[in-house]
Amino acid sequence: MSHHNLNTLTAVELGELLAAGEISSVALTQACLDRIESVDPGVKAFLSVDREDALSQARASDERRAAGQPLGPLDGIPIALKDIVAVTGQPLTCASKMLENFVSPYDATAVHKLKEAGAVLFGRLNMDEFAMGSSTENSAFGRTSNPWDLDRVPGGSSGGSAASVAAAETVLSLGSDTGGSIRQPAAFCGTVGLKPTYGRISRYGLVAFASSLDQIGPFTRCVEDAAMFLDAACGHDPKDSTSLPGLETNFLEGMKNHRDRPWKIGVPKEFFAEGLDPEVRASVESAIQFYKESGCTVEEVSLPHSSYAVPVYYILATAEASSNLARYDGIRYGHRSSEATDGIDLYYKSRGEGFGEEVKRRIMLGTYVLSSGYYDAYYLKAQKVRSLIRKDFDDAFSKVDCLIGPATPTVAFRAGEKTDDPLSMYLSDVYTISANLAGLPAMSLPCGMSSDGCPIGLQVISPVLQEAEMLAVAKRFEEAHPYSGIVAPSNGKAGSAS
Amino acid sequence: MNPEQSIDLDRLCVLARLSLTPEEKEKLGPQLARIIGYVEQLNEVDVDGIEPMAHAIPMENVLRKDEATPLVDREKYLKNAPASRASQVVVPPVIEG
Repeated sequence: MSHHNLNTLTAVELGELLAAGEISSVALTQACLDRIESVDPGVKAFLSVDREDALSQARASDERRAAGQPLGPLDGIPIALKDIVAVTGQPLTCASKMLENFVSPYDATAVHKLKEAGAVLFGRLNMDEFAMGSSTENSAFGRTSNPWDLDRVPGGSSGGSAASVAAAETVLSLGSDTGGSIRQPAAFCGTVGLKPTYGRISRYGLVAFASSLDQIGPFTRCVEDAAMFLDAACGHDPKDSTSLPGLETNFLEGMKNHRDRPWKIGVPKEFFAEGLDPEVRASVESAIQFYKESGCTVEEVSLPHSSYAVPVYYILATAEASSNLARYDGIRYGHRSSEATDGIDLYYKSRGEGFGEEVKRRIMLGTYVLSSGYYDAYYLKAQKVRSLIRKDFDDAFSKVDCLIGPATPTVAFRAGEKTDDPLSMYLSDVYTISANLAGLPAMSLPCGMSSDGCPIGLQVISPVLQEAEMLAVAKRFEEAHPYSGIVAPSNGKAGSAS
Repeated sequence: MNPEQSIDLDRLCVLARLSLTPEEKEKLGPQLARIIGYVEQLNEVDVDGIEPMAHAIPMENVLRKDEATPLVDREKYLKNAPASRASQVVVPPVIEG
């Protein structure tokens, strides 16, 4: 047995140990499975885990390595998956009764690429149903807890993805981000979470929520691991016409090349307005101070339309969702009602029975804003304001290299606190939504802890396609602060001494 | 516009092909009205001459090669169908016989 704690090392460190023959992928994967057995009854990050399949992938990786033919730095590294991407032969529920018995007939392109990189892809991680929510309380199969304090939410919609990394149940995880669904839970759980530029990672095989906003991205223990994930997952895919053609993807190298640049950093004043928790503010301000002291210039910038991001988002995202979710009709796959009297009634009842409360709310809202006579007033108007939001960023990036600010207005809230008030739940994404609307890469990394032991997230937003620069900015903070590889207490009680 | 008066839930249910229970409707009506009231703050933004935006990086006419490629086999897809027979999906009658 190795003396290393396999549950807390980063993918970069584990990759080196695997390459040196000091550990095996089977031992590493088994350590994840053991950890899941011991802590997941409390955290409930996973909806299901196919242990045999995970171990057989790990064995295949060890065999490749023994034969001197590893596939790359991720070969043998476990990556757990949000239950929203297709893996051949594995369940795909989107945490919905609608897809309770669905089994994927093919691989998502991102999954295919990670498999080609040798990663051990395993588990189905809990989420808000169809990625609609900010707390993972909208899952049809029960809520996930925040590993730092089991009474609190892990954020959402990729709550299981964030919690699984924070609780050391996997090395990396995959999530998706439509309005903050990677960065907000990453902030709440104290992990790194990154949403790439829209079009970087193929959406083929990612169940569609709002197609003009959805992007796949990683949850990791450190900034370098996120770069490694992007290196494997990015790239043009003929099966996704919105995926960007002809781009280099060497983020790990690129990040290192930008290491010592004297960044010009912008701080959007609108992100420090009313509603920002004083402890989150203090923590982010001390990160800003760090950048000043490490040779960067920092200036205040303005994103004048940012207060419209949430209303724009809830028009566009619900409109696109109402259209995307029309495919769940009880005919070809998914839940079929046994109460229907005829073919049309089958649609109504299958959808009424299969979808949960928040999904129905958004389908109805999206149907309303797209309905005859309202299209110009809502959808078209929102798309125009979206242009203005993007223009605000373009103006800011003419002066600075990137923006930093809080990822969320508060730390993780308590379960049940916002479930009866959809609008207040929507506002927990107030700082993350703009990057989706503008299509920009953005990430959250841990920058502090609140007095009651909850992680705080620092958000970095960069111009389109500047992920390597963004990672370098984040890495500079991480190198000087001890958050890399932090793991939540296994008893889920923040601040307790045990 | 007063959204509370303009939301016809029954019509929306028809458009969305979605059945809601009376309890769901009772809860949803005021919630939708509140959310729509909130998004109406967009009325104050001047968008004269502004083009609508749909993608981060303008792209057009992205086509793949017009080539036949193998698809996953039919039986595999049919496994997810709620009811199937003779390699077909079974549905309730849609035309009165």
